[in-house]
Amino acid sequence: MSETHQLAVGDRVVHKTFPPISRHKLALYCGASGDHNPIHVDLDFAKAAGYPDVFAHGMLVMACLGQALTDEIPPARLRTFATRFVSITQLGARLTCEGHVTEFVEHEGERCARLALTTKDENGDVKLAGEAVIAI
Amino acid sequence: MVDHSAVGRRLAPVTAHVEPGRLRFFRETLGEANPVYNDAAAAKAAGYAATPVPPTYLFCLEMMDAEQAFEFLTVLGADLAQVLHGEQRFAYRAPVMVGDTLRFEPRIAGITDKKGGAMTLAVVETRVTNQHGVHVADCSRTVVVLNKVAA
Repeated sequence: MSETHQLAVGDRVVHKTFPPISRHKLALYCGASGDHNPIHVDLDFAKAAGYPDVFAHGMLVMACLGQALTDEIPPARLRTFATRFVSITQLGARLTCEGHVTEFVEHEGERCARLALTTKDENGDVKLAGEAVIAI
Repeated sequence: MVDHSAVGRRLAPVTAHVEPGRLRFFRETLGEANPVYNDAAAAKAAGYAATPVPPTYLFCLEMMDAEQAFEFLTVLGADLAQVLHGEQRFAYRAPVMVGDTLRFEPRIAGITDKKGGAMTLAVVETRVTNQHGVHVADCSRTVVVLNKVAA
């Protein structure tokens, strides 16, 4: 990435796209994450709960956003990372994660930049909206 | 309806081990190729004593090693079919690395009804310390409970 001390407000510092989310990915994430909620892998359970199909774990989508973030920002600089789960991420979604610098802040005595983060699907629908504070 | 008297209640603490095999499964699932998470030498060059974990993995560790991963639902009086994850926050205070043993101490920090009782937001805040007693992180999870409203 660009040197973090050269950041400017408005810079896009995070941008990554991911392959479509498959049922296989949801099954792997169920095991790898310890989140065994059947709603993400068991179609019968999802339908009984009123959903048309299984859907992605919010934390799988946040993990993608975290990966996009630390591809560019060394993880040792990460101070906070937060997201709202704006809408359900459907099977087959092709995610794009982006982050822009919004301001420079003092965070617990340290000079930091705040990034606005989004994850959208291939239709441009927002799935996650969040932010990170990174030391600079 | 969600039991509002649960505010302030502490959930069972969880002791979790950062095991390399489980962490590799997580990385492979996510296609995580960043050398800092995959290569001990790259981790050392970045200043870590051992391979660090990706930023959301704390959430997984707590669920994997909890005796009851969904204890908060029991406390709230809700079931899995009626909840969604509303929000998740992490504050990182010190590195978490392969070989660490973490202690998670979750508590119900808030319960708020929304939309005339059609949904309830419950916040679970978790303090995380490591085997040296170092406060490594704080996690905050907002759970959305979709209440069964009489038709």
